Amino acid sequence: MDIAHHTLVAFAKSFGLFYLLAMAAVALLYACWPGNRSRFDKAARDIIEDEDKPWR
Amino acid sequence: MVSGLTISERQRSMAVLIVLAVIGLVMAAAGANRADPMQAHGFLVLLFSLGVLCFVLNGYFEPEPSATRLTSYYDDPSKAGIVIAMLWAVFGMFIGDWVAWLLAFPDMTFDAAWSSFGRLRPAHTTGVIFGFGGNALIATSFHVMQRTSRARLPDQFSPWFVLIGYNLFCLLAVSGYFLGITQSKEYAEPEWYADIWLVIVWVTYLVLYLRTLARRKEPHIYVANWYYLAFILVVAILHVVNNLAVPASFAGAKSYSLFSGVQDAMTQWWYGHNAVAFFLTAGFLGMMYYYLPKRAGRPIYSYRMSIIGFWGITFFYMWAGSHHLHYTALPQWVQTLGMTFSVMLLVPSWIAAANALLTLNGAWDKVRDDATLRFMMMAAIFYGLSTFEGSFMAIRSVNALSHYTDWTIGHVHAGAMGWVALITFGSIYAVVPWLWKRERMYSPVLVEAHFWLALAGTLIYVFAMWNSGIIQGLMWRTYNDSGTLTYSFLDSMVAMHPYYVARAIGGLLFLIGAIVGCYNIWMTIRRPSGASALTDDALLPANLQPAE
Ligand code: HEM
Ligand code: HEM
Repeated sequence: MDIAHHTLVAFAKSFGLFYLLAMAAVALLYACWPGNRSRFDKAARDIIEDEDKPWR
Repeated sequence: MVSGLTISERQRSMAVLIVLAVIGLVMAAAGANRADPMQAHGFLVLLFSLGVLCFVLNGYFEPEPSATRLTSYYDDPSKAGIVIAMLWAVFGMFIGDWVAWLLAFPDMTFDAAWSSFGRLRPAHTTGVIFGFGGNALIATSFHVMQRTSRARLPDQFSPWFVLIGYNLFCLLAVSGYFLGITQSKEYAEPEWYADIWLVIVWVTYLVLYLRTLARRKEPHIYVANWYYLAFILVVAILHVVNNLAVPASFAGAKSYSLFSGVQDAMTQWWYGHNAVAFFLTAGFLGMMYYYLPKRAGRPIYSYRMSIIGFWGITFFYMWAGSHHLHYTALPQWVQTLGMTFSVMLLVPSWIAAANALLTLNGAWDKVRDDATLRFMMMAAIFYGLSTFEGSFMAIRSVNALSHYTDWTIGHVHAGAMGWVALITFGSIYAVVPWLWKRERMYSPVLVEAHFWLALAGTLIYVFAMWNSGIIQGLMWRTYNDSGTLTYSFLDSMVAMHPYYVARAIGGLLFLIGAIVGCYNIWMTIRRPSGASALTDDALLPANLQPAE
C-alpha cells in the first residue's frame, strides 16, 4: 500500500474541506433549529430540579 | 459492598476473579521461566485477584439485597471510585513533587534504579492522569449518567468490573515503570498484556454506559453525557490503534510497535494529543456541564453553545496532534494542518469556558461564599487560559521557541492542575455530600483552605515554568558575534535552578491541599448522617429574614 504524498494532499484539500464544512453546517443547524429550542431548555432545567430517584 | 450484589452477581465476580488469578499464575510461571520481569506482574495479578476474591468470599453469605434497591440509584461504585481517586491524587502528586525536587537536586534518586528520573516521571503522569483523573471520571460518570437518564445502572456487576479492572490496569502500569517495563510511548507506556486488559475493561465501560442511556426517561440525552461518551469512545479507539504491537514473546513483557519511524511518531502524537482532548478535556467538560449548573442551582447559560462546542471540540481535536511534531521528518503540510486546526480549536474551547462563566454570571455572591463553586469557576478560567496558550504554542514559529522548554511544562500544568484537578476537586466536593447523604462537607473551612492552597500552588508552578521556559528558549538561541552559541546547555541548567525550587514549593502546596481534601472527605464519610450534621446550622434561627 503506497499512497503518494501528493495524492493525500489533494484528497485533504478537496474532500477534507467539504467534509468539514458539511459537518459544521449539520452541527450548527441542529443546535440552532428553532424546533429544538424547547427540548434544549427542558434538558438544561431538568438536571437542576430532579427527584433523585429512577423513573421506573 | 458485596451485600449489594445478588447471589448470581457474586458468583460471576468469583468466576472472573478465579480466571484472572489463573492468568496471573500463568504469567508468573512463564516469566519465571525466562527470568522476565513479567514474572512480577504475574504475581501482582494473582495477588490482586486473590485479594478481591477474599473480599467477595467474606460477604458471600450475606442476605441478597431486597427488590427495593431498584427504586434508587446504585452509588456504591461511585463512592469507592471517589475515595480511590483521592488516594491516587496523593500518590501521583507526591511523586510529581519528588520529580520536581529531583530536577532541582539531582541526587534525590538515592542511587536506586527504580527511583531514577525516567521511572518516576511516568509514575507521576500515570498516577495523576489515569489514577486520579480516570477514577474520578469513572466515578462521576456513573453518578451523572444515572441522574441525567433517571435510570439506575442496569446491573451491579459491570460497574465494579470496570472500576476494579481499571485500577488493576493502573497498578500494572505504575509498578511496571519501577520495574523497568515500558513501551516508551508517552502516556501509553504499559506493555501489551496490560493494554489488552484495558481494552476488555473499556469495552465493558462503553457498553455499560450505553445500556444505562437506553433506559433513560427523556428521548433527549443531556449534553454532559455526550462529553462522557466521547471520552469513552475515543479513548477506546486511540488506545487500540496506538498500542498495536507485536510481543517479542508471549512469555515476556517486551513488544514492538507495528509502526515505525515517522509513522510511529505521528500515531503516537495523534494519540497523545487526543488523550489531552478526550481524556483531559472532554470527560472533564462532562463533569463541568453537570456539576457546575447543579451546584450553582442555575441551568447552563446556553445549551446551544454547549452543543456547538461539543462538535467543534470532537472534530477539530482529531486533526491537531501534529503540532507536537513541528520541525520533524513529518511532511510540512501535515504540520501546517495540525497548526491550523489547533488555532481553530480556540473557538470551541472558549465557547465551553465562556458558557461556564456566563452560567455563574449573576450568581457571583454564591461563588464568593462557596469554595466548591469557586473551584469550578477557577477551573473554567484556567481552561480558557491553557487553551489560548496551546493554540498560540501550536503556531510553528512560536513552537520553535517553546518546544523542549519548560514552557510546555507550564502549559501542561496550567491545564492539568488549573483545569483538570480543580474541576475534579470542585465536583468531588459537590458530589460527596450528595452521595453519602450529608448536609454538607465536614468542614467548609477546609474546603476553603484547599482552594487557596491549590490556587497558590498552581500559580507558583505555572509562573515559575513560564519564566524558566522562556529564559531557557532564549538562551538556547542566543548567538555571539562569531556565530556560535553564547550559552552552553549547562549554563541554562544553572539558570533554571531557582525556578525549579519554586516549582517544587508550589507543587508541595498543591499536594498539601489534596491531603487536606482527603481528610475532609474522610471525616464527611465518617460523620453519621442526619442529626449531627445539623448541629452547626441548628444554632441559627430558622427562616432568618434580612433586616428591613
Ligand atoms: C503536586 C502537583 C504536581 C507537581 C509537583 C508536578 C510535577 C511535575 C514534574 C516535575 C514534571 C516533569 C517535568 C519535566 O520533565 O521537566 C511533570 C510532568 C507532567 N505532569 Fe505534573 N505535577 C503535578 C500535578 C500534575 C497533575 C494534577 C497532572 C494531571 C492531571 C499532571 C500532569 C503531568 C504531565 C502530563 C506531565 C508530562 C508533561 C510533558 O511531558 O510535557 N501533573 N509534573
Ligand atoms: C486548544 C487547546 C490546546 C491546544 C491547541 C494545545 C496545544 C499544545 C501544544 C502546541 C503543545 C506543545 C507541543 C510541543 O511543543 O511538543 C501542547 C502540549 C501539551 N498540552 Fe496542550 N493544548 C491545548 C489544550 C490543552 C489542555 C486543556 C491540556 C490539559 C490538561 C493540555 C495538555 C498538554 C500536555 C499534557 C502537553 C504535553 C505533551 C507532551 O509533550 O508530553 N493541552 N499542547
